Amino acid sequence: MTVTDSQKMAYVAAQAADARVNLQFETEDGMTLNMGPQHPATHGTLRIVAQLDGEQVVRCEPIPGYMHRGYEKLCEVRTYPQVTTLINRIDWLGSFANEVPFILAAEKLMDVEAPPRAQVIRTILFELSRLGNISLFLGDLGIQLGGITIGFYAFRDREFVLNQIEAATGGRFHPNFDRIGGLKDDLPKGWIAETHLAMERMRRLCDEFEELVLGNEIFQARTRGIGVIPTDIATSYGMSGANLRATGVDWDLRRDACPPGLSYDLADWKVWTHPDGDSYARTWIRLQEVRESTHIVDQLLDSIPAGPIMAKVPRIIKVPEGEAWVATENPLGEMGYYVVSKGDLVPFRVKIRSASFNNISVVPWVTRGVFVPDVITILASLYFILGDIDR
Amino acid sequence: MGLVESGKLPKPLTQLLSLSRKYSLWVYQWGLACCAIEMGSAFASPRYDVMRLGVIPFPASPRQADLVVISGTVTDKMAPAVKRLYDQMPDPKYVISMGSCANCGGPYWDSYSVTKGVDQIIPVDVYVPGCPPRPEALLEGIVLLQERIGREDMADRWKGDPIVVG
Ligand code: SF4
Repeated sequence: MTVTDSQKMAYVAAQAADARVNLQFETEDGMTLNMGPQHPATHGTLRIVAQLDGEQVVRCEPIPGYMHRGYEKLCEVRTYPQVTTLINRIDWLGSFANEVPFILAAEKLMDVEAPPRAQVIRTILFELSRLGNISLFLGDLGIQLGGITIGFYAFRDREFVLNQIEAATGGRFHPNFDRIGGLKDDLPKGWIAETHLAMERMRRLCDEFEELVLGNEIFQARTRGIGVIPTDIATSYGMSGANLRATGVDWDLRRDACPPGLSYDLADWKVWTHPDGDSYARTWIRLQEVRESTHIVDQLLDSIPAGPIMAKVPRIIKVPEGEAWVATENPLGEMGYYVVSKGDLVPFRVKIRSASFNNISVVPWVTRGVFVPDVITILASLYFILGDIDR
Repeated sequence: MGLVESGKLPKPLTQLLSLSRKYSLWVYQWGLACCAIEMGSAFASPRYDVMRLGVIPFPASPRQADLVVISGTVTDKMAPAVKRLYDQMPDPKYVISMGSCANCGGPYWDSYSVTKGVDQIIPVDVYVPGCPPRPEALLEGIVLLQERIGREDMADRWKGDPIVVG
C-alpha cells in the first residue's frame, strides 16, 4: 500500500495536536499523568491527560480520535442497505439500536412505514440491545472499582440476552437486521417463551447487583457526592440519556418524542430520575433502566400482532430527494441521523449525532479538583463507548 | 539465555521449555473496538473461561506478556502505540490478530483513517477472521498457537507461515 501525501499530512497533524497538549501540560507546575490510549478505565482507547497537584486533579483533558474511522464520509459511498452494516459498529454494544434511527430516517424520506408486526419486533430488539449494553456497564463498573465478581455475573447473564438476539437475527452483536420497510426475517419458533426467561434472568442480575454493589459501603463511599453534575451544566454540555436523567431532568425520547416506526406506546413503563447528579445516581438510574427495559420487553412480547414483516419496497432502493432528521433514545443517550438525499442510491450526506461525545465533553469540568481514583469512577459512571465518541 | 536464543539447547530441554511455555501464556488484551467485547467474553466470562487452557489473561503490562491479542480497528493515530507496545514485550512473543479490522481493515477497507491490517506494523502469528469472530474462534486460535509453541524449536522460531483459523 502506498502512503499518499495527504495521509502523511494527516499523521503529522495528529501528532502535532498531541504534542501541543503534552507541551501545555508539561510546562505548567505540577505533575502530568497520562492515562491511555490503552488503559482499562477508558473502555477502549480514550486518552486522558491530567495535570496533578499532589493527589488532586488540577486540569484534565480527554483526547479522543484514536478510534476515528470516518463514518460520515464512508456513508457517502455506501448504498442505503449497506449503510446499516456500517453503522452497527458505532456503539458496538447496542448495535441494533444504531440501525433504527437511520432506517427510520430513510423510511421517512421514502414515505413507507413498516407493518405493525415489524414495528413491535423492532422495538423488542431495540430494548434487547439496550439490555446487552447496560448489563455490561453494570459489570464493568464493578471491575473499575475493584470488585471483579459482579463483572463475571454480568458477563454470565448478558449471554442470555445475546443468545436471544442471535436466535432472532443471526448475529451475536452486529445483527444488521433492520431493513427499510420492515425486518429481514420473522421470529424463530419458541423465541417468545425463551425471551421471557432471559428477562427473568436479567431481573435477577439487577437484584444481585443491587445487593452486591449498590448496597456496599465502599461503593457508596466512592460514588456518593463524587462527580456531581448540576442540571444546568448537564444541559449546556448537551448531555443526554441516563446521565441527564441522573441530574433530575425528566427527559426520555422513547416517551416524549418516539418517532413513527417504533411502538413504545404499547408498553407501560416509568422513566426514573434522580436528583443528585453524582456517580451513584448515574449508576442507580441505569440499574432501574435495565429493570424497566425488561418490563417493556415482557409487555411487547405478549402483544406482537400477526401480519407481514415487510412492507412493499422496491428491490433497488433509491431514496427521493430531501432531508430528514430522526433521533431515538439509544442506550447511551440521544442518537440521531441527519440524512440528506439527492435521489441517488447513496446518501449525499449523513450527519451522525451520537450521545457519548457530548457526555464525555463534560469531563474537564467535572474532574476539576477531584482525586485521582475518583477520575476512574467518574469516567466509569459517565459510561461512554469509544466508537460512539469518535465514530 | 544465549543458548535459548541461539537455539543450541539440547532436545529434551527444548521440549521441556516449549511445554512449559505452552501452558503458561500470559495474554495482554489490547482491545480496540467491537472485537474487544468478544475478547472480553472469551477471557472474562464464565461461559468460555480461557483459564482452563492454561492462559492467564490479566498481566498488568505488556512487559509481562507473552501473547498479545490485537482485537479491533487499528487507526492510523493508534498505530504508533501498537508498535510501541509490541516492542515492549519480551521475546519470545506472539501476536493474534482478531477480527477483520485487524486482519485487513474489515468494513473500513476504504476509510481514510484506518490502518488496513495490523500486519503492516507488527508480525502476526494467528489470524482469526470474523466480524466479530465468536469467542470460540478466538479460543481455537489460542489452541492452535499452543500446539505450534509445543512443537517449536527456538532455532526455527521465525520460520513457517501464520496460522489462519477456520
Ligand atoms: S472486525 Fe468487525 S467487530 Fe471487529 S472491530 Fe472490526 S468492525 Fe468491529
